[in-house]
Amino acid sequence: MALEKSEVTKIAQLARLHVDDGEAEEVARRISDILELINKMQAVDTANIEPLSHPLDAVQRLRPDQVTETDRRDELQKIAPAVEAGLYLVPKVIE
Amino acid sequence: MLAKTIAELSRALRGGELSSVELTRAYLDRIERLNPDLNAYITVCGEQALAQAEDADRRLAAGDTSPVCGIPLAHKDIFCTEGVTTSCGSRMLANFVSPYDATVVEKFNAAGAVTLGKTNMDEFAMGSSNETSYFGPVKNPWDTGRVPGGSSGGSAAAVAADLCAMATGTDTGGSIRQPAAFCGVTGLKPSYGRVSRWGMIAFASSLDQAGPICKSAQDAAIMLNVMAGLDERDSTSVDLTVPDYTASLDQSLEGLRIGIPRQHFAEGLNADVEQAIRAALQEFEKLGATLVDIDLPNNELSISAYYVVAPAEASANLSRFDGVRYGYRCDNPLDLEDMYKRTRSEGFGDEVKRRILVGTYALSAGFYDAYYRKAQQIRRLIKQDFLDAFKQVDVIVGPTSPHAAFQLGAKSDPVAMYLEDIYTIAVNLAGLPAISIPSGQSNGLPVGMHIVAGDFEEARLLNVAHQFQRATDWHSRKPSLSGEDAK
Repeated sequence: MALEKSEVTKIAQLARLHVDDGEAEEVARRISDILELINKMQAVDTANIEPLSHPLDAVQRLRPDQVTETDRRDELQKIAPAVEAGLYLVPKVIE
Repeated sequence: MLAKTIAELSRALRGGELSSVELTRAYLDRIERLNPDLNAYITVCGEQALAQAEDADRRLAAGDTSPVCGIPLAHKDIFCTEGVTTSCGSRMLANFVSPYDATVVEKFNAAGAVTLGKTNMDEFAMGSSNETSYFGPVKNPWDTGRVPGGSSGGSAAAVAADLCAMATGTDTGGSIRQPAAFCGVTGLKPSYGRVSRWGMIAFASSLDQAGPICKSAQDAAIMLNVMAGLDERDSTSVDLTVPDYTASLDQSLEGLRIGIPRQHFAEGLNADVEQAIRAALQEFEKLGATLVDIDLPNNELSISAYYVVAPAEASANLSRFDGVRYGYRCDNPLDLEDMYKRTRSEGFGDEVKRRILVGTYALSAGFYDAYYRKAQQIRRLIKQDFLDAFKQVDVIVGPTSPHAAFQLGAKSDPVAMYLEDIYTIAVNLAGLPAISIPSGQSNGLPVGMHIVAGDFEEARLLNVAHQFQRATDWHSRKPSLSGEDAK
């Protein structure tokens, strides 16, 4: 099944990726090839098969609700692209 | 000396024949000489390694009994290492100096191992050739015109070229086993949940697992003893007792039932590889094992299911790279949206972007049942195939890869690259442990044998692999490297 250029633009927007108009066709072709590989599984009847989301069918372990991590804000902000007064800076969102 | 196994080096360190500082220096010298050509390391931590080695020498003198104390190690650059760049093979994290250690790293540090550096890898572990790395491809030490496999190609090449005594790797669809096969070393993917994933940069969370890459099954047992176990910080790590994996290595294989999956010896398998694996199977028969033909009828569907599950989980995991708190940020963003998009488009390479798009598509509104749910149902069928097989046999043996290492640049088509993992991927979907060990050659290149066991039966895998390595010498064959001093 072939993916349209417009669909590539749509999923790129969902994934917050920029796809140039010039490369959209190539990207659509590559992804269509991958979807063709994936769609081989559609031939199998899985009507009554329970999906396996965890290889061991395990459920999430819970832990006591206690503070275990110490405050490391300064160290963690040292590696940020832009910070000021303990806050992460991003381009202006509200005019 | 640098070609020795962990077990041998540990004896020499303990016997006072050499110090960890001497050993570490020797590896660092060799890295300096050979790495410019092989590109196995992204970062080398010389000073830190020597400081760790001095510490280890003090511990050894005080009678430390850890078998990895003073042994030089390389970590795949997917493991966070405090104070050291952790790039994951990506421009996105090329400037990321981790503020903490991964659990696996912490455990090796606590056991006294010496970290030589961080190894090259496919970007975010997405690839089977190491060619998607932002830092350029690793060269296969057996033939530098060929790929080392991927994604843990730097670790496998570093072990093969004796640029370290042991290395860590991660395996989501074959990323430990296939490079181990291509580079002629031993690589183990443990059961899902056996080793903590905390501090290991996530690719596909229901498939990722860390494991050892090293020079023998005995060494893999020594490494797994350090790595395995429950970690409160990884809620998917399993609360099961960790056995001493070295304790059962010497058990006899008399009466072992080996399953030979018809689907792994079918069309597409290179004749030399088939011959090598058949010869290895005869070796197992001599050791007292019996061979049983089995079927894994849904094996072929594993690639289809994997290329839904892995990209879907990757698209969610990689959404955290947004240029806000760490990693790459584009220059002069116009607004927040522009910053996200340009940061991600400039920071990620083509293959990573492709997989994010596939995963986003599969998870987008209206497609969930047709893709993700369907793939999880196929996953159940694949697991059931293995459960059925293990009613008849103890382990399953076949080739790790359809052929030996291919030429750099030979597989530019993504789908062709995906098919490389046809024998390894089902194991990740089922969560089982599997090992690749050297078991022959094809035109002078190593061939890997793949052994799979039931959930948490790593001890049995290591026992089977060790017995094979006692009877054969494929694991001790070495590539001849140009620029190598005759020592």
